[in-house]
Amino acid sequence: MAYDKFDILTSTAVPLPIENVDTDQIIPARFLKATERKGFGDNLFRDWRYNSDNSPKEQFVLNNPIYSGKILVGGKNFGSGSSREHAAWAVYDYGFRCVVSSFFADIFRNNCLNVGVLPVQISPEFLEKIFKAIEADPNTEFKVDLQEQTFTILSTGEFETFGINAYKKGNMLNGFDDIDYLLNLKEDIIDFVETRPF
Amino acid sequence: MGKTLFDKVWDSHVVKSIQNGPDVLFIDRHLVHEVTSPVAFLGIKNRGIEVLNPNRTFATADHNTPTINQHLPVKDPLSANQLAALEKNANEHGIRYWGLGHEKNGIVHVVGPENGITLPGATIVCGDSHTSTHGAFGAIAFGIGTSEVEMVLASQCIMQPKPRSMRINVNGELQFGVTPKDVALYIISQLTTSGATGYFVEYAGDVFKNMSMEGRMTVCNLSIEMGARGGMIAPDEKTFDYVKGREFAPKGADWDKAMNYWETLYSEDDADFDKELTFDAANIEPMITYGTNPGMGFGISNSIPTAGEGSGAQTYKKSLAYMDFSEGDQMIGKPIDFVFLGSCTNGRIEDFRAFASIIKGRKKAANVTAWLVPGSHQVETAIKEEGILEILNEAGFELREPGCSACLAMNDDKVPAGKYAVSTSNRNFEGRQGPGARTLLASPLVAAAAAVTGKVTDPRELMQLETA
Ligand code: SF4
Repeated sequence: MAYDKFDILTSTAVPLPIENVDTDQIIPARFLKATERKGFGDNLFRDWRYNSDNSPKEQFVLNNPIYSGKILVGGKNFGSGSSREHAAWAVYDYGFRCVVSSFFADIFRNNCLNVGVLPVQISPEFLEKIFKAIEADPNTEFKVDLQEQTFTILSTGEFETFGINAYKKGNMLNGFDDIDYLLNLKEDIIDFVETRPF
Repeated sequence: MGKTLFDKVWDSHVVKSIQNGPDVLFIDRHLVHEVTSPVAFLGIKNRGIEVLNPNRTFATADHNTPTINQHLPVKDPLSANQLAALEKNANEHGIRYWGLGHEKNGIVHVVGPENGITLPGATIVCGDSHTSTHGAFGAIAFGIGTSEVEMVLASQCIMQPKPRSMRINVNGELQFGVTPKDVALYIISQLTTSGATGYFVEYAGDVFKNMSMEGRMTVCNLSIEMGARGGMIAPDEKTFDYVKGREFAPKGADWDKAMNYWETLYSEDDADFDKELTFDAANIEPMITYGTNPGMGFGISNSIPTAGEGSGAQTYKKSLAYMDFSEGDQMIGKPIDFVFLGSCTNGRIEDFRAFASIIKGRKKAANVTAWLVPGSHQVETAIKEEGILEILNEAGFELREPGCSACLAMNDDKVPAGKYAVSTSNRNFEGRQGPGARTLLASPLVAAAAAVTGKVTDPRELMQLETA
């Protein structure tokens, strides 16, 4: 699935200072019944965001108009649990292009990279600073520079670099996905199949 | 430096290594189900390409399926649509499909091993994180996202950086009443849900050596709950005996060829692991969880810990508030409303035997609703043939039809808001078993003890009565 290229993103951020946010919270299983990738953003954090009668829960951050932006900042161990890529789709479809945390679960991180959401892993101390900056001023802007691999709090200029696999970085900068690459390897793969014992 | 089991299997599947990038890893077996595959098939269609190796992919319907009246049309139109899409996609691409009612139908991670699809030394993926189950056979097996499902359909490969290696040893002998589920919940409680993130785990030591294949599957299944990509156990005679003769396992000369490879599958003595942990079996009790992630578990006779200081305290309190538990509460004696026996964690025949061993001659507690859901039709058949169904029925329990059921509550098997379920499945996240549902993860023995007493009960008490 193609996605928009990622280069530099300057935006305010939405804070979610909760640890171990699992993919069942990001998108509950009962919303996984689609056969197309459509409308997942509406159900992002469904059970934290809405009451059972579909009225919004006012205290939840996505329902609080003072917070907005294309960056979601989460607590440690973000995206644990189920491998459902729908979680990454929901994050993307809602409008986030970057998720920041001090630690990501593996499959979620992979899924994000495959659908055009940049996972930015930073130190716990810097994460605290980001939460504090947003708390002090919800209009605080941040800059994510993928080329330079930096995440900056614009008001203070403080930044941290983040890691990303060079291959994945290239893909994100260009909006490519892995399948294009794999299809080019087809002959090698067909030869490889012959070597398998079963 | 010698190779680990993981190295041996991984390295033999690398089609190409990309500098500063992932490996292109060949996938021997691909399992698909209705929920995470439709968008992948759509992707293939939009690109105008074919499935490269349809004979290496197997499809079963499980996540979304009802567990009663499977012979009738599926009522929920969205579920019915997803099931129809899987059937159509499988047929169009020449992929084996085991739909509702098919004798081979069942939970994807239960039917794989049963039918000899799961093999030692294989790479196995599925769009479901508990694919780690298949590591019990010495396979590298892990869950993938839908984009990766599409990659495997298109190219029989995925692109993955090689994870780091961890070995977890559990030595000594398990105590009375302690099951493989308890071993896994214990390890997760020690490591936390992110303790193995970035690693692929090998389980070693006496406890796993002595464990049945079913038990090994339970342990490997739960690897993902400590953040690991997967877990595996070196194959041995037990593994080979289990695999031999199953429908899709190699036969004749192919078997001998496969055995030559399988017998090389162990970690060398001088193999180096990035991390190694050792536990003593004597410290493991029957376990239960009290919070909203699988790491929040302890021996059943314990009381709920108090929140520490620091950044995790708020999350911890939120979790207890969701469960409506308080710091210091005893778990024993807490009233419960539902019991779920099933899932790819504990929905195999051995789990039903364990459950039956406790309820035999007792009665289901009046306040408990019990969902007993076999992992597959083959498990269901064994339950009937071994006389377990009679024991269940006499005690006032009914058996449902196979599927994922209340493990993720995509079908009608939802625990109502605020109710407590003792569940043999794998996740106690908020709402996992239905919006507002409260889940206590435990072994089939603990589930059985709760089912007959209506509250959290140490199964050893009921077991001791029998042996006394
Ligand atoms: S039983 Fe649960 S964990 Fe297993 S495959 Fe089904 S949904 Fe996934």
